[in-house]
This record gives sequence, C-alpha cells and structure tokens, in this order.
Amino acid sequence: MSHACDFATALPDSESHRLPAVERSATCQVNRRTFLKGLSAGLLVVLTPTPSWSQESGRAPGSHDLPQDIEAWLHIAQDGKVQVFTGKVEVGQNIRTSLAQLVAEELRVPFDSITMIMGDTDLVPWDAGTFGSRTTPTMGPQLRNMAAAAREALLEIAAHQWKVDVASLSVAEGKVTNPATSLSLSYGELTRGEKLFKVVPDDPALTPVALWKIAGASVPKAAGRDFVTGRHKYPSDISRPGMMFGAVLRPDGFDATLASIDTASAEKLPGVKVVRDGSFIGVVALDAFAAQRALSAIQAKWTLPPQPSNSGIFEFLKTHPDASDASTPHVSGSVSEAWSQADLKLEAQYTVEYIAHAPLEPRAAVAEWNDGKLTVWTGTQRPFGVRDELMQAFNLSQAQVRVIHPDMGSGYGGKHTGEAAIEAARLARAAGKPVKVVWSRTEEFTWAYFRPAGLIEIKAAARRDGTLTAWEFHNYNSGPAAIGTPYMVPNQLIQFHPSRSPLRQGSYRGLASTANHFARESHMDAIAHAAAIDPLKFRLQNLSDPRLRAVLQASADKFGWAKMKSTPERGFGIACGVDKGGYVATCAEVEIEPRTKKVRIRRVTQAWESGTVVNPDGLRNQLAGAIVQGIGGALFERILFFGGRIQNPRFAQYRVPRFSDTPAIEIVLLDRKDLPSAGAGETGLVGLAPAVGNAIFAATGVRMRSMPMAPGSALNHETSPVYRS
Amino acid sequence: MAEFQLNINSKLVKVEAPAEEPLLSVLRNRLDLTGTKYGCGEGQCGACTVLLDGRATRSCLTPISAAASARIVTIEGLADSGSLSAVQKAFVEEGALQCGYCTSGMIVAATALLRRIPKPSDDQIVEAMNGNICRCGTYPRILEAIRHASQHSTSGGSQ
Repeated sequence: MSHACDFATALPDSESHRLPAVERSATCQVNRRTFLKGLSAGLLVVLTPTPSWSQESGRAPGSHDLPQDIEAWLHIAQDGKVQVFTGKVEVGQNIRTSLAQLVAEELRVPFDSITMIMGDTDLVPWDAGTFGSRTTPTMGPQLRNMAAAAREALLEIAAHQWKVDVASLSVAEGKVTNPATSLSLSYGELTRGEKLFKVVPDDPALTPVALWKIAGASVPKAAGRDFVTGRHKYPSDISRPGMMFGAVLRPDGFDATLASIDTASAEKLPGVKVVRDGSFIGVVALDAFAAQRALSAIQAKWTLPPQPSNSGIFEFLKTHPDASDASTPHVSGSVSEAWSQADLKLEAQYTVEYIAHAPLEPRAAVAEWNDGKLTVWTGTQRPFGVRDELMQAFNLSQAQVRVIHPDMGSGYGGKHTGEAAIEAARLARAAGKPVKVVWSRTEEFTWAYFRPAGLIEIKAAARRDGTLTAWEFHNYNSGPAAIGTPYMVPNQLIQFHPSRSPLRQGSYRGLASTANHFARESHMDAIAHAAAIDPLKFRLQNLSDPRLRAVLQASADKFGWAKMKSTPERGFGIACGVDKGGYVATCAEVEIEPRTKKVRIRRVTQAWESGTVVNPDGLRNQLAGAIVQGIGGALFERILFFGGRIQNPRFAQYRVPRFSDTPAIEIVLLDRKDLPSAGAGETGLVGLAPAVGNAIFAATGVRMRSMPMAPGSALNHETSPVYRS
Repeated sequence: MAEFQLNINSKLVKVEAPAEEPLLSVLRNRLDLTGTKYGCGEGQCGACTVLLDGRATRSCLTPISAAASARIVTIEGLADSGSLSAVQKAFVEEGALQCGYCTSGMIVAATALLRRIPKPSDDQIVEAMNGNICRCGTYPRILEAIRHASQHSTSGGSQ
C-alpha cells in the first residue's frame, strides 16, 4: 500500500537546486496518507522513521507494524496557516492548546494561525494513544523539533534568496526579516506556492525556555467559544446523511449465555431491523427512540454462571494470582533482619475498591461504509488501537479503516477500547447505511471496564528517632505504578502481584499510583504518630529528593501546617508523592460531624512541580480537577457487584463528587524552567486520599485503610491500628 | 407518531415524534440541536438541561408532549445574534471547563438561576447547581464563573 515519493515528484526539479534546506527523498514511501497530496502548496515538515519514535510508552498493540512511511507533522500553507498533525487526542486535558503553544513558539507564528489535526488515523502519524501523562513529555518535544526545523528551513530559503548569511536574519510573527535592508517575507511568500518538503535534522535549535513568549503563558483554551455555545461536535453529536440509529442487546450479566431469544415483535416494528451476527444481537431503526423500543421488545433469556462479588473480593484477589503476568520483587538489604531489630514496627493492610470512570459522555460511535472502506467517528484515547480492533473484527487492511476522533466528553483512562465503534460498524454493514450507537449510562457503568480493586500489605520498621529501617510492600491486583517508596529506607522488599480479576479492569487516571500512595502515605502517617513525630517533619526527616521536599514544604507553608491543631471535629492531614515526573504534596482539612461521623473536606492545598510549565492556567485547571475527581474514589465511589451484575450502574446509585462536595482549593505551582516538562494529567490525583485519611485520623484517632473511606457520607468501618513496639 | 409544533430558541419548528419521546431525544436526533447532551437519562447529571419557559428543566425526563406548549431555549439559543450571554462569556473568561461536555447544561442551569436570583450567595449557587455533574471536576471555576456573571450583568444571565 505505498505510493512512491508523492512529495518528491511534487517538487519542481528546476527549483530544487536553489533550495538547500529542502530535500528530495529518493526512498520515501507514503503509506495510505494520500491526503497529503491534497494539501495546498507550502512547507511540509516530516520525519523519517526512527526506532526511538516507536518506543513511546504504553501498551502498543502487539500487532502494530512500525511506521515505514514518511510521517508528516507540520504543514505551512501559502496563507501562513499552520496545520499540525498528531495522534494524541484532546479529552479535556487541554493539549490542543498547549501543544499548539509549543509549535507557535518554535515557529514564531501567532497562536491562532495554528490548527491541530488530532487523532484522525488517515491524517496523522501513528501513535500508541493518549495515556500515561505522556503527551507533554513526548509529543511536546516532538512537535517543538518539527517546528524548529521548519523555522530553520524558512530562514535558509530566505537567506538563499537574499544571498545573505542565515545568522544575519531574524524571524517573528510568521515572517523572516533582514534587519540590514528592513526587507521581510512572510512564510507564504517564502514557499511561493510550491510544495516544499523538509526532513528534520536530529537536533534543530530549540528556543530556550527563558525566551518563551507563547509557550509558558496562560493561553485560553483553543476554540473555547464552541464549547459554551453548544457548537462543538462530540463523538455522540456526529451525524451523517441517511444515518440510522443502533442499539445492542446486552446480556443479563457477565459471562452469560443466551438460553432463548424471540425477536419477532421487535422485527414487526416499522423501520426496524434486527441484526444477528454470531453472539451479537442488535437493532437499527430510523430514530434513536425507535431503536430503544425495538430493543425492549426483544425477549431474551440468559444463563449466568456463579461468580465472585464485593464480599470477600480482597481475599479473592490475593488467592487468585495471574501467573502469566508475574513480576519480580524489588529487593534491597534485608527486611527480615531490620524487622527483628527495630524499635518500632507497624504492619497493616489497605484496600481500594473497583470504581468506574463514568465519563459524562458515554461511549459513542458513528460508522459508515463506502465501497469497502470503513470510517468511524468515535470517542477513544487510542484511535489507532481502535483502528486495529476494527481491522481485526472485519478482516480489513489499514487502508480500509479510518478512525476519526472528535474531541470527546473525556475518558480518564476509561476509553482505550473500541466497543461502540465495532458495534456501530457491524450494524452499519448490516443496514447498508451509516449507523450511530451511543451507550446508555447503565451500559457505560456495566460494559466498559473498571479501575482495578486492590489489596496492599505493608510492613514497616523504624528506629525510636523516626528513621525508617525497613519497608515491605505488596500490591495485589491494583498495579505497579509508583509502587516504590521515595523515602530513604535501606531495607526494602516491594512487589506487585497481578490477580485474575473477576471484573473487566483497565486503565484509569492515576490508577495504581492512587492506591499505592494511599497505602504508603497513610502508613507513613501512622508511623509518624507511633513515633510521636509531626507527620511533615517525619517525612522530611526520611526524604532526600529535593523536588519532593520542595513541594512538601511549599504545600505545608501555604496551608499553614505548623499552626493547624486538630480537634475531634476538625482534622488536618498531609501526604506527598511522585509519579510520571510529577511531584505533588497535598494538605487537607476535614470536618467530622461527631454524632453522624459525616465527613466533609473543607480545604485542600496542593503544591505541584512537573518541570517547565507550558500553560499555567491549564495546569491549575487539571490539578484542581484531579483533586475534585480524587474526592470520589477517596470518600464514596465504589462499584457494587453480585452474581455477575453491577448493582449500582446509575448516577442515582453511584455517587460522584458534586458542587456540594467541593472544598476550597489552593494550588501552588513550582515552575522549574530548568527542567523538561512532565505530564500532569494524573499524578495531581494521588495526594488527596491519603491527606484526607490522615486528617480523619488526626481528628478521630481512627486510621482509614479502605477506599472509599466514607461511602454514604459517614466514615467507613472502624479498624484499630496494629502497633507493635 | 404525532406532529408537534415547538417553540425553540424563538423559532417555530414542526416535528413528528411519539408523544412520549423525551425532548432530549427530539432535540438531538430529530432536530440536530446537539448542544444539549445526554449524560444519564434519569435527571441525575444535568447535561440535558434546557429552559422551559425560563425554568431549568431536564429534557431527558420531559416528554415532547409536555414541552409543546412551552418556550424552549437550548444552549444554541443563548447567544444573542452571535454575541455571548454574560454566563457564556464568564465561562470562557474563567476557563470554567475541561472536556466541556457538561458545559451546556451548566450554562443553561446558571442562566436560569441568575434570572431567578440575580445576585445569588455561594450557598444558593451550590444548591441550584448541585444536580449538574462535571466529571472533570471544574466546580470551583464554574462557581467563580457564575459569581463573575452575576457581578457583571444587572439582568443576571439573560441574553
């Protein structure tokens, strides 16, 4: 599926000799993206494949072929408009804005001259997906390089034209200027209506952060107006000519088998088609309401096998290891030796329940078949992953599938998969028309996947003076992210134990990091209290990492930690941590109603450092949002399941944070312009739960060891601390 | 199927639908007014909020037959010939959104609140808005945007 050298042939031979920066590629292969041929004249900046590019983090789909084609990242049109191509997707984390800022900065063009083309598999270079807080640290530098290379190319073209030294020219606002002659040429004039093509060097000169004008500033969200007027089209808003509406018959529970089915009355409804394809049963209708009616007219009986429920889940996870995914422990020194000699010993178990992402826009897709080619508009964090799923489901080639991602109603790690895309495609194929499928809230709560439940066991030992000597940490099922301790402990044994989860589980914003931080920072707090040392002082005493110390101190200072004295009605707690390059420290003030034990978080102060800040306002928005989202898992979110069924698959039954749960939030940003930018989508969430748990302990003397801590508003089960000294 | 004449955003629109079909479904799927969102279908999240005779109403729980006699205003009808309402402006200025999926419902609910109580206290804002869910957790900024809109518009959030 390759077309030889489309760009090179587009480059006029007679002109190419006078353009030193613009190269012809004799070996290029353009795979599938014939669209590039249709781009207007101008400069196209590309990257030939390098091994490092394909090593981007995350779970690359196993079947993926490394890109063998030329990857185009940037196109500057004659009118000076810039198109930037990336496989990352905008889901509310504001990268459509922050990435454009980085490009505008390096390219020296106004921010609003940039259009980001994101997550369209026919138009953008392959990408593993948008997860793991990877966009800012990987795609940021990638696009900066492309933009800097384009700037250099334009400078060289101008220098060649004016027969002057490149170093004598300046570049700003989309124009190259010769200060000696005061002559200037816009980027469009420089490319002179020709199709030019530039392969980036390894090390284009990047703009030092200290000189940033557009990057590093609080540029407002791109196309913000479209979101307040209802004009933005989310995946569930997409409409196609002749489109029909689909719905899928769901089993009565997990692993159910169909015992009997009667679709006769559904089929009699006007305009309704019932589609059966193996175990798949769905309907299409002329309108969405009719599709739902048709679905409820189907009589189906299911048989459910017995299966685990919430009750006993943590024991189940511990006793059902997934041997196929076993991990090796991290060991240093000897925990058992240190344990036998310690002054202070503390051993405890912590648990987190399954929770749901519950993005406000449920899974949605519109699928359309044209001459054997399938196009699907859908909400997903992995457009190329969904393309692979569709190729597999329908036995299609890459060139036959296009996935388009309209900026979606978020995901929080919950939309890595393409269920709705496959369903819409199946129904569209059967109907011979474009079909839209939008999952109901109950479907989203039941048939998506969950953040894993987990059990964590910790054994820790310290000297009487509060110096940590041993740290043993076992995480069952929740995950290995941030499983290590940032504290100085000479003797460590740390291990993740994967389990055979009874529920379908997957990625989540700050997934295991949240559980591991909750356990570690709660346990650290317990040791501090056992040693009668202030929890902040105890942490600093055992911490050498200057970046973590800095956020801890900044958070405590802003919160007024030193002056806060807990009472039975009001508690103050602190916690800190690091993951994915983000350093966080969180202080929380909670109020506890003495009689009902109702908990309210009144105030949260969070200090954050993730290197150079690209957009301070966007970053604050992410961090405050992470705190609010964290309140749900910390206090009341949990999936209840029994006999293969989710028992609370509705917002009326599954409590998420609301306005009335929101504390006063203060964010302290430490902007380290000397350090590369890390991602900030996830780790802002991990400090909240332990800070709140520690505040509850400070007020009540009851140690919180299970998330959620207050389902139904009041404090969870009381457990007495296990002190051994 | 029956024919209904609806007054939507000051325009009369004819539409055929079953009498019990929710207004949300009619707006989105029959009239392509997709600014109003589906979030739960049971009045718990507020994403589908529209104004019915000026009152914030859950369109997912309102059958079209019950909306036929009312003046319906959706998010698409709040900007006055292209110029944003005070609440819309405040949301942009405060950056009071992340993914933006809840934003239509938030803005419509806040508009109704400010028409009813032009200068609400924080407690009144929280009470009026508590039925609207933002999963991205932008509540503090939304609160600030509503305060801001109430201070900058003597007529509250009206167009």
